[in-house]
Amino acid sequence: MPLYRDQGIVLRTHKLGEADRIITVLTRSLGKVRTVGKGVRRTKSRFGARLEPGMLVDLQCYEGRNLDTVTQAETLESWGDVCARDYDAWTAANAVLETCDRLTEEREPALQQYLLVTGAMRSLAGKEHDPNLVLDAYLLRALAVAGWAPSFHDCAKCGAEGPHRAFHIVSGGAVCSVCRPPGSSAPAPETLRLLAALLAGDWMIADSSDVRHRREGSGLTTAFLQWHLERGVRSLRMVER
Amino acid sequence: MYEGAVQDLIDELGRLPGVGPKSAQRIAFHLLQSDAVDVQRLTDALTQVKAKVRFCVICHNIAESEQCRICADPRRDLTSICVVEEPKDVVAIERTREFRGRYHVLGGAISPIDGIGPDDLTFRELMTRLASGEVTEIIIATDPNLEGEATASYLARFLKGMGIKITRLASGLPVGGDLEYADEVTLGRAFEGRRLLDA
Repeated sequence: MPLYRDQGIVLRTHKLGEADRIITVLTRSLGKVRTVGKGVRRTKSRFGARLEPGMLVDLQCYEGRNLDTVTQAETLESWGDVCARDYDAWTAANAVLETCDRLTEEREPALQQYLLVTGAMRSLAGKEHDPNLVLDAYLLRALAVAGWAPSFHDCAKCGAEGPHRAFHIVSGGAVCSVCRPPGSSAPAPETLRLLAALLAGDWMIADSSDVRHRREGSGLTTAFLQWHLERGVRSLRMVER
Repeated sequence: MYEGAVQDLIDELGRLPGVGPKSAQRIAFHLLQSDAVDVQRLTDALTQVKAKVRFCVICHNIAESEQCRICADPRRDLTSICVVEEPKDVVAIERTREFRGRYHVLGGAISPIDGIGPDDLTFRELMTRLASGEVTEIIIATDPNLEGEATASYLARFLKGMGIKITRLASGLPVGGDLEYADEVTLGRAFEGRRLLDA
């Protein structure tokens, strides 16, 4: 397959040489691919603007030994460009894209991750909800798709029906009074309800939540993500919560 | 693999950006065959660039004294500051001969994914410059890419409420190009920034 075509979202870019860029794209059917965009940093580049982070593109590449080379790119959605005009949306979008990059492997199809990241970027660009809520919803769902679904209602250890007061990241979420390990936190019940709503996509509950509970939920989500990824997501430091 | 000094030179040259092992070898052999005077001139230039060049205390552009030649020039307009990412951008704008104000070099653009946030750039130093009250316009000339755009939106938010006119360099169609080859983002920005023509 020397030449291939696929839809994909640009996750990140690195400068290469004088005017080129390495572009990491999560494609719909091939998974994550690393491609070279030749001359895309020149102001007269025909597709430089299309290969920026957060852009959804129809991509044609030819396979190389190490890296593929982009031969054509058509914009399908310019979510990155829209988000860059709003600093809060931009920092959230960066955290979404970086997390997606960390959760996917090269050349391993990841359709669910693709659908999640495109959904999150569409929502951020459309200003449908608070960018922090969109980010937390994405992080929780992306972790769930990766096999680390947190439990916010039933006990994560014994499965006892909730709601429970204690929350323990290492155990996987809410824990009952019997299973509660030392060092568990006790978030507000509204916070756990908000996180469950974000995981399930219940935006009625999420949008009407209190700022205090959103902030507490963001802290738990970030801690949960960093525990499973073992290394911090750098973009999250820039998100104003 | 070569011996001793030649291999050391190839290794050092190979660490430069854009220089691969083959190019490093070619440059090393070129230097070996060159006159000793030419090589000495290159050595002196390399030594002096590290010894003499520093950052301007006002705008953070590269300078050979405490202030760069632009900040030290009394003929420059003190009421406008053009904010750029890198010293290279100052040179590019100076070539246009359109801008007579001063500059402020941020030292990069906000890039959360690379761990570069507002605290890593010279925003605070810019605020200090604005405290005197003589600046009436800030022209944001960050790169026309998404990081540059996000840095511009942060800067606009950062300077909001200070009573300073904030402008952004226009983005759009390159001179000498064909409209049909323009991408959607560039063409969209060209439409946004269209201007009234006086009949």
